[in-house]
Amino acid sequence: MAACLLLMVAASPVRLGYEVGDTVADFKLKNTNGKMVALADYQDAKGVIVIFDCNTCPYSKAYNSRIIALNAKYASKGFPVIAIQPNDPEISPGDSYDEMVRNAKDKSYSFPYLFDESQSVAKSFGATNTPHVFLLKKDGAAFKVSYIGAIDNNSKSESAVTKKYVEDAVDALLDGKEVTSTKTKALGCTIKWKNA
Amino acid sequence: MNRFLAIILLAAALTAQAQQAEVVTLEQLQELIESRTDHIKVINFWATWCAPCIKELPLFEKLGYERSDVKVTLVSMDLDLDPNPEKVNKFVARKKLQSKVLILDETDPNSYINQIDKNWSGALPATIIINGKTGQRKFVGKELHEGELEKLIAEVL
Repeated sequence: MAACLLLMVAASPVRLGYEVGDTVADFKLKNTNGKMVALADYQDAKGVIVIFDCNTCPYSKAYNSRIIALNAKYASKGFPVIAIQPNDPEISPGDSYDEMVRNAKDKSYSFPYLFDESQSVAKSFGATNTPHVFLLKKDGAAFKVSYIGAIDNNSKSESAVTKKYVEDAVDALLDGKEVTSTKTKALGCTIKWKNA
Repeated sequence: MNRFLAIILLAAALTAQAQQAEVVTLEQLQELIESRTDHIKVINFWATWCAPCIKELPLFEKLGYERSDVKVTLVSMDLDLDPNPEKVNKFVARKKLQSKVLILDETDPNSYINQIDKNWSGALPATIIINGKTGQRKFVGKELHEGELEKLIAEVL
């Protein structure tokens, strides 16, 4: 029976993109301080707030202070932010590594801002937009996806937000509860894939 | 005398084509998407700040001009980031867009994105191609290139 199941799994087509509940493979990318950062470095965390983000997208700019605030609120509680920049700088020069370094410095980022140069991490996650959140929860030795999607329900006005999707999800995990809204959508910019 | 009159009338006709984009609700947009018609509907979601959207706009303009069996609608999502629709109208006037331009005015994108198309991640640009007679549709969640629209239309015919 187990052998049959294994065969079925082996034969099924590779589906790129995580769903809620999936275990996330380790990744290792370069941070704007020149050092490498891996998901495996976060063994002591309760989880990680992975955010695919960039310098240039107006949605990323609209959410920038809220992303900084998420780290300020939750890093000390065991859920730090890891920002990953997946855009091809050939298509979007404003998202080059040097521009990322400048941006992180200007905004005094207290979280990693990693360059997904080959775009393989964005592809394996199934990220489609910037910004795009994947909330991961530590389950034993593994990191599992708990929430995918938008930061909140109002891009243009933080004061008009009525649903803080990511905060609610992290708060639920911190309380040992189930995340109620596990997948949401928002408008955003397409990721600038190579050879688009 | 006749030629002079003709020139005046032509000038009047050309300036009259500069349009004010119509602000619509989700309900009105869904009416457009779901209504049965005898033509192909091509609905493109774009914004004035979106570079790949602007880059592909000429393809939609050309399509609307060349194909009498296709009706193109360009739906601006600008209001999600900027409450003032004037930026869209200025853009439409500057680019002399001939296609019909709508501006969606809705809150709660988490709800309306799926109501527009379940395959849509919310990223711009996005395009829906619908056979108005059969309701068959194709969704494209990325920038389109030369020739791709015609190929997709053929697939819903």
